[in-house]
Amino acid sequence: MARILVVDDSASMRQMVSFTLKGAGHEVVEASDGVEALASAKSGSFDLVITDVNMPNMDGITLTKELRALPNYRFTPILTLTTESSAEKKMAGKQAGATGWLVKPFNPDQLLATAKKVLG
Amino acid sequence: MSIDMSQFHEAFFEESFEGLEIMESELLTLDVGAGDVEIINTIFRAAHSIKGGAGTFGFMNVSEFTHVMETLLDEMRDGSRDVTQFAVDSLLGSVDVLRTMLEAARDNTEVDEEMVAARYAVLNKILKEEVSDSSSVDDVEPVPAPPADASVNNAVGEGWVISFIPHTDLLMAGNDPVRMFRALSELGELSAKVDYSKLPPFTELVPEDLYLSWVLTLAGDISKADIEEVFEWVEDDCDLTITPLVGNTQNEQAVAEPAAVVEPVAVSTVAPRPVKEKVSDNSAANQVAEKKKPVTKPKKATESASIRVGIDKVDEIINLVGELVITQSMLDQVGEDLEAHAEAASVGGDSGSQKINADILLRLNKGLAQLERNTRELQDGVMRIRMLPISFVFSRMPRLVHDLSAKLNKKIDLQVSGEETELDKTVMENIGDPLVHLVRNALDHGIETPDIRLAAGKPETGILTLNAYHQGGNVIIEIKDDGAGINKARVRAKAIEKGIIAEGDSLTDDEINHLIFAPGFSTAEVVSDVSGRGVGMDVVKTSITKLGGRVVVQSEEGKGSVFTIRLPLTLAILDGQLVTVGGESYVIPLIAIIESLQVDRTQINAVAGKAEVYKLRDEYIPIIRARAVFGVEDNKADLHESLMVIVEVDGSPVGIIVDELQGQQQVVIKSLETNYRKVETMSGATILGDGTVALIWDVNGMVSVHKKKLNNGVIKA
Repeated sequence: MARILVVDDSASMRQMVSFTLKGAGHEVVEASDGVEALASAKSGSFDLVITDVNMPNMDGITLTKELRALPNYRFTPILTLTTESSAEKKMAGKQAGATGWLVKPFNPDQLLATAKKVLG
Repeated sequence: MSIDMSQFHEAFFEESFEGLEIMESELLTLDVGAGDVEIINTIFRAAHSIKGGAGTFGFMNVSEFTHVMETLLDEMRDGSRDVTQFAVDSLLGSVDVLRTMLEAARDNTEVDEEMVAARYAVLNKILKEEVSDSSSVDDVEPVPAPPADASVNNAVGEGWVISFIPHTDLLMAGNDPVRMFRALSELGELSAKVDYSKLPPFTELVPEDLYLSWVLTLAGDISKADIEEVFEWVEDDCDLTITPLVGNTQNEQAVAEPAAVVEPVAVSTVAPRPVKEKVSDNSAANQVAEKKKPVTKPKKATESASIRVGIDKVDEIINLVGELVITQSMLDQVGEDLEAHAEAASVGGDSGSQKINADILLRLNKGLAQLERNTRELQDGVMRIRMLPISFVFSRMPRLVHDLSAKLNKKIDLQVSGEETELDKTVMENIGDPLVHLVRNALDHGIETPDIRLAAGKPETGILTLNAYHQGGNVIIEIKDDGAGINKARVRAKAIEKGIIAEGDSLTDDEINHLIFAPGFSTAEVVSDVSGRGVGMDVVKTSITKLGGRVVVQSEEGKGSVFTIRLPLTLAILDGQLVTVGGESYVIPLIAIIESLQVDRTQINAVAGKAEVYKLRDEYIPIIRARAVFGVEDNKADLHESLMVIVEVDGSPVGIIVDELQGQQQVVIKSLETNYRKVETMSGATILGDGTVALIWDVNGMVSVHKKKLNNGVIKA
């Protein structure tokens, strides 16, 4: 189905997100920080990017800005994973160009429902 | 889609404990006053990951606790709160509490709620202190949801009319009205009316802008919250109004509150969140309640714990297995050739069979040599999987030194080297506590307070060095301080007082130093809460001996002490010296052996009423006859030209008489306790190349059994 880039510095979160998406038939590429993700994004194409916000080397907000600056990713859905429920933090992602967000903690069903919102 | 979340728990715990280590070590490097933003950021990220993971995997108490820590860190990060010593120490304490909580979650045991509550109190106290920027405090407590709001949002009826006027840049963030409409159509029956009046003339049209707007009619029994969720991400990129569809409705609720439902989405979408928080609170409470139930047998996760292995190590083993397969097929071929050859020989064709025979034998030998090399390499490779760098243990020390030096009012510079030295995981797990004890001891008894140091002409900051390296088949760990050293006069007096030695005993300086390892010995005038926790240096020694290792101390008064721990690389395999006693083969751990020699009659001294002693160069060492210890008939009254293995027991040499010395070899240790029962003189057993079982000596046990037999008169002096 869709080709999805999952970016999170936490291996367990990455495993969970990746396992869930693969279980729904998607192809998943994992990256552990923004720098790695940007490299993957440049060398391939993705239908969706799901990224954590707080990460070493390059955070999710910067990654979003960088991706939006790439011609191939101008309209690609980018979802941020955030633990912050405050509007302020969500807006930081939006202003960087993120399509939407998913608030942690979330369960696999919520993840799939959210992914479905932006795919297709 | 149901997914078993417990499959991710192991990874979560592993990375969380790693995160705690990072938090701890970074907190220790954090300077009070102007904290380095990068360091705070690293600590924050670690806390943040634990919080996110804990929430996702259902450990709500961990998630909530970390949230409070994170709030504090966030304020430090954005500069609205100063980095105070108190805050750093509180965070360090919180790391400890968090570790306990995670361990409890992992092992499915109860967590000490009082301890957690006390830590919450400390953190909240700091958070309540004045902050220059008050806005971030709002993050701490989720605003409870007004219940009335929820009912409005969930008001149901015939359907809704949605006026959706996107801003021109709505597409820029990757949102697409088509996808939203599709989501809406899944909720109910959707019809759309497009308004394209704003569409500019073609020449002025910007293809990436959105000029259209819609009036949507969604029919069905749908809650307003569901619709709002579809527009959640674009609430600031459009003008949205959602009004109930008024047809011939009989739904009283919808009619009763028409004013409330036309409110702008931007306000009401915030509401559902706190409701969710409340739900999660409840589940946390349920979890606590569940945990309160008596847990019959807390699972000890450490037993089955995983190890992280570098890919290169695994690849190496796979390579070796490949080699092994090649060798196997080569030997297989030799076997087939031999079979064919035997058949040919039996038929009678005799010519040249001798030559073929020699050729096959040569190949067989070559194959076996290759097999031996493969096996050895494979063994090394597999062993290396269990090897971890000693930094796992060393990393605990900076924190320990930090806490202790503050407590003892001493200035200490901890220098660590050789952290990358690898050690078997089991050895690692068991060496932690003895090392902590030795470090405590060095800080408490070794290094002096700054005024004493200055008076003695030393720099006021003491240096504690931790070093590890490989030597032969062993790992050496050194704990060195430049403190006062062991006060020999005091140690001697104490040992006499405790009855460990007699008043008239003459001891070398080295022997006096090693008295500190004697059971029941403690030189501290007052048992301090730092190193005197009811365990003495004897426990340290016992733990190290149990691991098949040794500990020795060198000390110079006024200059300092060095504790040297020698450990085997692994517990599964042992370098051993094969010996025979009474026709049986035994293995003596090579680590215990100092040297082996042939006895010279003139050097033996049989002191009346005491055991035999041997004059080795310029010191007298006790002689133990292995035959006597094992109760095997001893026909040698005269030990001249007998073989003696000199082993180190409690820091001093002891000679053990054996019948024969055989080769040295690596043996795989099999436990006697699990296969038979504990035998005092033996630490285990192994199977030799010829299939016979050989027992592995425990030299300390040998000495104590010898002493007992001597005292009981079983062995004549």
